[in-house]
Amino acid sequence: MNTANKEPHSDIEELLPWHAAGTLSRRDTLRVEEALARDPELARRYALVREELGETILLNETLGAPSAHAMEKLFAKIDAEPARKPARSLNLGARVSEFFASLTPRTLAWSASAAAIAILLQAGLIAGIAIKDRSPGGYETASAPSTNPGVGAFTVIRFAPQASSDDITKFLEANKLQVAAGPMAGGLYKVRVSMTELPKDELARIVKQLQGDKVVGFIATTE
Amino acid sequence: MQTTSDEVLIARIAGGDRLAMQVLFARHHVRVYRFVLRLVRNEATAEDLISEVFLDIWRQAGKFEGRSAVSTWMLSIARFKALSALRKRPEEELDEETAEQIEDHSDDPEVALAKKDKAAVLREALGKLSAEHREIVDLVYYHEKSVEEVAGIVGIPEATVKTRMFYARKKLSEILKAQGIDRGWP
Repeated sequence: MNTANKEPHSDIEELLPWHAAGTLSRRDTLRVEEALARDPELARRYALVREELGETILLNETLGAPSAHAMEKLFAKIDAEPARKPARSLNLGARVSEFFASLTPRTLAWSASAAAIAILLQAGLIAGIAIKDRSPGGYETASAPSTNPGVGAFTVIRFAPQASSDDITKFLEANKLQVAAGPMAGGLYKVRVSMTELPKDELARIVKQLQGDKVVGFIATTE
Repeated sequence: MQTTSDEVLIARIAGGDRLAMQVLFARHHVRVYRFVLRLVRNEATAEDLISEVFLDIWRQAGKFEGRSAVSTWMLSIARFKALSALRKRPEEELDEETAEQIEDHSDDPEVALAKKDKAAVLREALGKLSAEHREIVDLVYYHEKSVEEVAGIVGIPEATVKTRMFYARKKLSEILKAQGIDRGWP
C-alpha cells in the first residue's frame, strides 16, 4: 500500500521530522517505522527530512558563540540584584552522584579526553581542599560546599577541548595559576590567580589577558 | 539525565547560588544564543538578549515548577525576549532584512546551483524561511524538541505544531525549486 501517494499530507508524514530527530514516543516511532517499511514513497520523503535535519544542525553549528562579555554582562547584572538566602547544601556523595548522573553522551565524550589531565588537576584539587579545611568559616555556595579554596583571587575556566595536558601544564606554570577545584559540571575549573584578594579591575585585566591564550575555551571571574 | 541535573541547578539558583548560575550558563548559553540569533539575525542584539534571558532565569528560578525541561523553559524565555526585541527594531532595519532576502534570489537558478553544492543551497534556503518557519525547524531539528515541547515554547496547539512544520518544509522545497533543485516533493 502506498499511503504517501494516497494521502499526501498524512498524520504519519507530519511525524517524520520528529522521527528523524528521535523525539517521538515509542508508540509513534513504531507507527512511523511500520509505515516507512511498507511505503517506498514515504521512505524517499524521509530521506529528504534527514537531509534537512543534517543541514539545519550544520547551519546552527556554524553560527558561532557569544563572546565572554555576555557572561560578564550577566553577572554584573546579577551582582546588582538583591542578595538571596543560599539554598540547601548537598553532601559530597550526593553531589558526585548527581554530577555523573547529569552527564550527556557528548559530555561523557569530553570527559574521556579530560581524563588525560585528571592526574595533573588532582594536585590542584587536593590543594584546594586542604586550603578550604584551614579557612575560617567564610561564605560557601550551596552547589560547591567543598570547592571553597579559601582566600585569594579566582577565575572559572573551561579549557579548550583541543588543549593537551602539556599545553595546560605550561599555561598554568607560565601564568602562576593553581587549579583550586574541578572539574565541575560543564567542564569548569576554579583556578586561583593570586594568593591574595585583588581589586576587581586588576582581576578583570588578568582575565582579559588569559582569555587570549589558545588553551582557554572560556574564562570569567568568580568569588 | 541532563534534565534532572538542570533542575537541581535551578533549585540552587533559586537560593541565590551564583556558581550554579555559572554552570547553567556554561551549559546552555551557546544553544540559547543560536536560537535567538536565528530569530533576530543580529549578533550584537542576540548577545545582549542572552544576558537578559539568563537574568530572567536567575530572577524566576524560584517559580520554576518543573512541568517542562529546563532547556524548554529557557527557550520559551529566549523566544519571548527575541520577539520583544524584534518589535522594538526600527522599520528600516526590517526593510533591509527583507531587501536582503529579495536580492538573494537575483542569481539565475542554474548559475546559483553551479556556484554551490546542493547542501550549501539547502542551508541557504533554510536561512530564507520566514521567522515563524525558521523557529519551528530549529526547535525540531537542532534543539530536539518534541511536538509537545514545541507547542509549549511557541504557545500553539500540538496539531498546529505538526502542520506548521509540514508547511515550513513545503516552503523549503519551493525555495529549493526556485534555486534549481527539484526534490520531487511536495
